[in-house]
Amino acid sequence: MDYLLTEEQQMLKDLARQIAEERIKPIRAQLDEEETFPWDIMAALAQADLCGTIIPEEYGGLGLGCLENCLVLEALAEGCVGVATTYAASFLGAYPLLLFGSEEQKQRYLPPLAKGEALSAFALTEPQAGSDAGAIQATAVKDGDFYVLNGTKQWITNAGEARFNTVIALTDRSKGARGASAFLVERSDPGVSFGKKEKKMGIRASVTREVILEDCRIPKDRLIGKEGLGFIVTMRTLDLARPGAGALAVGLAQSALDEAASFAKERHQFGVSIFSFQAVQHLLADMATKLEAARALVYAVARFIDSKPKDFSKEGAMAKLFPTDMAMAVTVDAVQVMGGHGYMREYPVEKMMRDAKILQIFEGTNQIMRNIIGLALNKEYSKKK
Amino acid sequence: MLRIIVCIKQVPETQEVRLDPVTHTLKREGVKAMINPFDLYALEEGLRVKEARGGKVTVLSMGPPQAEEALREALGFGADAAVLLSDRAFAGADTWATSLTLARAIEKLGGADLIFCGKQAIDGDTAQVGPEIAEHLNIPYVAWARKLTFNADDLLKVERLLDHGYDAVEVELPALITVVKEINEPRLPSFKAKLRAKKEPIPVWGLGDLGLPPEEVGLAGSFTQVVKVFPPPARGTSETWTGPPAELAARLWQRLQSLGPSVVFRK
Ligand SMILES: Cc1cc2nc3c(=O)[nH]c(=O)nc-3n(C[C@H](O)[C@H](O)[C@H](O)COP(=O)(O)OP(=O)(O)OC[C@H]3O[C@@H](n4cnc5c(N)ncnc54)[C@H](O)[C@@H]3O)c2cc1C
Ligand SMILES: Cc1cc2nc3c(=O)[nH]c(=O)nc-3n(C[C@H](O)[C@H](O)[C@H](O)COP(=O)(O)OP(=O)(O)OC[C@H]3O[C@@H](n4cnc5c(N)ncnc54)[C@H](O)[C@@H]3O)c2cc1C
Repeated sequence: MDYLLTEEQQMLKDLARQIAEERIKPIRAQLDEEETFPWDIMAALAQADLCGTIIPEEYGGLGLGCLENCLVLEALAEGCVGVATTYAASFLGAYPLLLFGSEEQKQRYLPPLAKGEALSAFALTEPQAGSDAGAIQATAVKDGDFYVLNGTKQWITNAGEARFNTVIALTDRSKGARGASAFLVERSDPGVSFGKKEKKMGIRASVTREVILEDCRIPKDRLIGKEGLGFIVTMRTLDLARPGAGALAVGLAQSALDEAASFAKERHQFGVSIFSFQAVQHLLADMATKLEAARALVYAVARFIDSKPKDFSKEGAMAKLFPTDMAMAVTVDAVQVMGGHGYMREYPVEKMMRDAKILQIFEGTNQIMRNIIGLALNKEYSKKK
Repeated sequence: MLRIIVCIKQVPETQEVRLDPVTHTLKREGVKAMINPFDLYALEEGLRVKEARGGKVTVLSMGPPQAEEALREALGFGADAAVLLSDRAFAGADTWATSLTLARAIEKLGGADLIFCGKQAIDGDTAQVGPEIAEHLNIPYVAWARKLTFNADDLLKVERLLDHGYDAVEVELPALITVVKEINEPRLPSFKAKLRAKKEPIPVWGLGDLGLPPEEVGLAGSFTQVVKVFPPPARGTSETWTGPPAELAARLWQRLQSLGPSVVFRK
């Protein structure tokens, strides 16, 4: 379908797709199998100027918006969601800076990201604080011109590879969520270490580790915004990132549909191509329809976000919820269409099915997405009375 | 500040090209075009030399008006400027007329310190244009380069790929180099360069701009003419055998012996 993209947007998507085709697809199975971090691909993305899509031009980026970011993510996810997650998580670490960072912080941390010389990470989750982010226990205690951080962040994408992490920690325990603040913690800061690489079901090219902070002493100018803004920073960051998760889902599902449909054309049983069975066609028809609906939703929400509305938590949650549930369903059906072949690692769809699952979990589980949407609806309908 | 020129040819994308039965030339209409694959390696090498030593990379192509696409694509990889040589009078050129036209354009550009060409074009396949340009310009050339090293500012060490191993030669600049695929891995286009490429004006030079007489270009200026183009006759039949390796080896040995003395056995 034609979404009336501008020539520039189409060019951006085509370029990302070229990278997916030429640099990602040929090695995605190997990256998955060996669980290797895709540094070479990150270098290719950097060289193609794609590491700075959402970073303003004055910091060396392209200064583009949410829609352009989604187009790139979608195209990369057609290649591999593990690689695309690595790329996307770096922006997750950058949004807090873009939204609330000081001029000095932006000048120091954004240009290396835009040039692709460095990655970043966003560290919120803790062993006791998953969906319940307000339960975090990591602390940051002011000590003269420094803050001293303690705590353990769990399952942090890019941790250990990223040059800096945006860490959410409590500056005032008595205030609960209102006592949280966001900090820039560099990989080389004293008192920072990383846990072992987690062994995951899918997105195995992407790295997930613990960030361990033990009396980590950082200059006080590493605070992002003000003390107490930590949860606002988190919510605004996730609101902006969620259509990106939806875009990953769209790219992934497109790739699964392509594989399943071309396989169905080639595979013959009972003397005919299995594509000619109505049962198979109906599966493919449902997959294609849900996929297009998800793409339309992601693009529409991204365009809405680019129009700079005040609040878009509900729309952001929708743009994650529907596409990621869709991608799970579509990848499961892609395996079904391909039968035993789909189940074999020789074909790419079993990996796609494993990769799809994470999209329903991270950046807020899909149950939490429904909570956010429900909360917004409750507010809207209370006003209408 | 090195003046680097990369010659690129636009070639048909498909291998199933059709031939015009009258002129024996390629039917290019409706066939998707691309940059001759070897020329991407030539461009990459030009860009690398520029990045390492400073300079300007200009891409040059002779062809029909649509060859402009190939030049824009080259700009998207990071070339600084592009010139298209296009004129009805250039049509039907053989390698001599092609290389003469390109050489005159290089002179009009003010000459070059380094000229890069691909090893050969995948459609014409002669591998003559590069060396001929060098002859017209009266500068040295090294063909089939697989590695370049600067020994001094104007002295290049070049490894030339051979069937068995390589030659190492030195050449003084200005020089022309034709490259093989072993020399580098071409980069991806970059978004910023592609944006620039879209707007960059590409001058089109015709016969008048180059100051060449009409009888020296195109079909008129060609010493050779393609008389006939035909697919080579099929080379006999082939068979595929399957089975345990030992059995297959024995069967193969028998068959080779049955073919008689025309089969030469080498150690
Ligand atoms: C591969 C991977 C990468 C990750 N990367 C990052 C990262 O870069 N940075 C980061 O900070 N975190 C990251 N996370 C953490 C991720 O965001 C959390 O896993 C996620 O928010 C869910 O938390 P949990 O896993 O603790 O699940 P839990 O919160 O324990 O939830 C378990 C189940 O209960 C449900 N549930 C919980 N609360 C409610 C509720 N109120 N209503 C309805 N259902 C509920 C959930 O939906 C879920 O089904 C990553 C996780 C993984 C697996
Ligand atoms: C099927 C076929 C058969 C032909 N047979 C003959 C023949 O037998 N004799 C003959 O003289 N001509 C022949 N030609 C004509 C020939 O295509 C042209 O002369 C052509 O311009 C150059 O030759 P080439 O394609 O072999 O290039 P090559 O010499 O193989 O190309 C080497 C390099 O020179 C540069 N280069 C070549 N052409 C251009 C260009 N137009 N613009 C910029 N750079 C360029 C590129 O860097 C390229 O990698 C034939 C053409 C075809 C399609």
